[in-house]
Amino acid sequence: MRLIGKEEVENIAIGASLLGTGGGGDPYIGKMMALQAIEEHGPIQLLDITELDDDDLVVPLAMMGAPTVMVEKIPSGEEALVSFRELEKVLGKEIKATMPIEAGGVNSLLPLALAARIGLPVVDGDGMGRAFPELQMVTFYLNDVSTTPMVLSDEKGNSMVLNTINGVWAEKIARSATMVLGGSVMNAIYPMTGKQAKDSAIYRTLTLEEKIGRTIKEAKKNKQNPIDAVLSLLGGYRLFTGKVVDIERKTDGGFVRGTATIDGLDNDKGNNCYLEFQNENLLAKTDTEVLCMTPDLITVLDTETALPITTEGLRYGARGTVIGIPSDEKWRTQKGIEVAGPRYFGYDYDFTPVEKLRERVRENDEISVGN
Amino acid sequence: MMKYRLGIDVGGTNTDGVLLDREMHVIHSLKTPTTSDVESGIYHTISKLIAESNVSAKDIEFAMLGTTQCTNAIVERKNLNKVAIIRIGAPADNAIKPLAGVPEDIKSILNNHTYIVEGGHEFNGEEIAPLDEEKIREIAAELKGKVDSIAITSIFSPVNKTHESQVETILREVLGEDVSISLSSEVGSIGLLERENATILNASIIKVAKMTAEGFEHALKSNGIHAKVFFCQNDGTLMSKAYTLKYPILTVACGPTNSLRGASFLTENKDAVIVDVGGTTTDIGVLVKGFPRQSSIAVELGGVRTNFRMPDINSIGLGGGTIIRVDGENFTVGPDSVGHRLQDEALVFGGATLTATDVAVALGKVQLGDPKKLQHLDRQLLSNIYQRMVEMVEEAIDKIKTSADDTAVIFVGGGSVLLPDKINGASCVLHPENGGVANAIGSAISQISGEIEKIYAISKENRQEILDGARQLAIEETVAAGADPEKVEIVDMENIPLAYLPGNATRVKVKAAGDLALA
Repeated sequence: MRLIGKEEVENIAIGASLLGTGGGGDPYIGKMMALQAIEEHGPIQLLDITELDDDDLVVPLAMMGAPTVMVEKIPSGEEALVSFRELEKVLGKEIKATMPIEAGGVNSLLPLALAARIGLPVVDGDGMGRAFPELQMVTFYLNDVSTTPMVLSDEKGNSMVLNTINGVWAEKIARSATMVLGGSVMNAIYPMTGKQAKDSAIYRTLTLEEKIGRTIKEAKKNKQNPIDAVLSLLGGYRLFTGKVVDIERKTDGGFVRGTATIDGLDNDKGNNCYLEFQNENLLAKTDTEVLCMTPDLITVLDTETALPITTEGLRYGARGTVIGIPSDEKWRTQKGIEVAGPRYFGYDYDFTPVEKLRERVRENDEISVGN
Repeated sequence: MMKYRLGIDVGGTNTDGVLLDREMHVIHSLKTPTTSDVESGIYHTISKLIAESNVSAKDIEFAMLGTTQCTNAIVERKNLNKVAIIRIGAPADNAIKPLAGVPEDIKSILNNHTYIVEGGHEFNGEEIAPLDEEKIREIAAELKGKVDSIAITSIFSPVNKTHESQVETILREVLGEDVSISLSSEVGSIGLLERENATILNASIIKVAKMTAEGFEHALKSNGIHAKVFFCQNDGTLMSKAYTLKYPILTVACGPTNSLRGASFLTENKDAVIVDVGGTTTDIGVLVKGFPRQSSIAVELGGVRTNFRMPDINSIGLGGGTIIRVDGENFTVGPDSVGHRLQDEALVFGGATLTATDVAVALGKVQLGDPKKLQHLDRQLLSNIYQRMVEMVEEAIDKIKTSADDTAVIFVGGGSVLLPDKINGASCVLHPENGGVANAIGSAISQISGEIEKIYAISKENRQEILDGARQLAIEETVAAGADPEKVEIVDMENIPLAYLPGNATRVKVKAAGDLALA
């Protein structure tokens, strides 16, 4: 166990937007809530997953609804608390710790705000290691952890308990309740034992986010290239460097789907990169080869500042470096690929790990140089 | 008898002035250095304009001022009002307090009277909780004599502003007309923290706005001018003095806007990229249908995150006074500048600093000062530096465009003579006559605007009728504000359906603008 304060939270927010792979919602509101909670109640206890007892009750916290509502109707801070207290009543057991459901975007910061407020430890891990758009796209689901019982609460004091036959029904009912309650609620969801957390969570993602933030800041301070520094930290790859020349977007069933075309600069001059996204970046390819595909992580960093650019923030003229990061092994299993691989999102490719794709690119380059 | 209008633009370095006749011909223009008290600089510009043009002071019927004083007050934390902050939104909104994330030096000035009260609305306009009127009365009594300006922000007030208006009414009952009241629904859009910050900043510069407006009126009167007075806002239209004193934040960034509008006027080009080269920076913006494109992201002002309407401007550190440092074959361009000391410090003027102006003079791009003072410089190095300067501008133009297509590029501002007639990414490059005072011209030609925002129950049958009615209302507002009824047009219209309200409730927002009506 270690304590984390404001500086760590600032760094975690930078890491969260990088692991958000272009989506996940702006972590700003979550960061500000966590900072205020720390100011009022002191630092947060961060628990390594291995420190959990097998029968401890661990409950992730996640917001549901429109991020645009949350930036206007900011939570009171009570919502999450009510969800947790009500779920304890249902389960007849005390919650030992909370945990982010995803490492990307706003949802990785919200559990920290709750944790500081009520002195509850946060488990250093999550259910995605990145951001994904759907409730079942969590490693908890891959390990058959039940989505419900779950409790959702609004800022007015309303709360409801859901017991559903599966995650799809939980998503359906919770989403329509969210609308009635004013467009943004806090969920206590996927309650699990310490044993289940150890088996199904992705380990130490908060620490990783903190390191990402710190690495970018320190590299800039020491006048080093922050993108190189982040890549060596994450074991990632520089896939393409260029400038955004075209964006196509359309709204489709709650997703913003689209393609960004990036015109190569420097070593990539003369080539184009096409970035396919649905809220998050899911596929990067050139005219001749695929560079990286979901569930591996694809993020665009501002070439100058190394700060992540979201799919919303992509616009003509932006100078970006596309990076690819291997996903956790849990996503590279047969079930993981079924749930969040390229075919699930409608891209007709067999999943190939980014490191394999890089080898192929390198071989092709050598062949063309040899010729 | 000839009648004239006077346009003034106060920048960091120069105060520019221009006189136009009723047909909008430029009669005379000039620049004088901006003074630290601003007012005397404005006075000198006006008196010099009158003297050199032989226009009679009494024939000036309109006077427009674009000024950066409100921006400067925020950036320098000077002369700010004592502000009270009221947020309407409890029980929601408690998890992040007002002024969170704002730099400490300005927070400590503004954060002395802060309240979060029950009330606010949902995204669909329904009440989250009724407004706690009793609490507002208590607060009003507490604030009596303690503050002179109050900022009010309610959840989803851009959708439903009734709680903000109710609070204003109660505060007026208790505190009278002497306090200034700023409502967030008049200032910003969705995004509570950013809109609240913008409203607080607005409340903090009421005093500065008053000093500025009265200073301008005084400078006019001292020159014998009895014109109708207007102030420029950052969307390229004018505000009356009364409105300026209520919402001075809308003047922020009116300078770049005036340059864009002036460039458009001088070239009769309504869609183009404008490059305004000053002494220290080059500001690049985009004209769409004759008005500046608005920024779509949160804009920081004096280190404070805000979301009020701002022109989308890309600034780079390149201007006439930009300092060039040479080390063998290597060199750096800026970002610092000798600024208004160009006449003393540049090599061509006998100074000791190599500036962007020297580079252009040495290569024969422009004739200024004494080129002989530059003979010792290496030609190849100079053309490398010049090429780098041009590339900086090309890159900045490319970043602000929305497509890869070439576009018309207009160069204005005092330093624009340094730039070439051809540039990558431009379908044509225009260097208009009088481009050096495009900002003052933009100020003088500004139009009057009027805006309405209402929620209507729209059905298929009445849709056309309601939208036509809304357009008519906006036009009437604009005419009432002083526009010529013959020359008013609708410049912006949005209608946003509000989900989950019975009867297809739709928020309709219409903005009209037109030329000033002549007496």
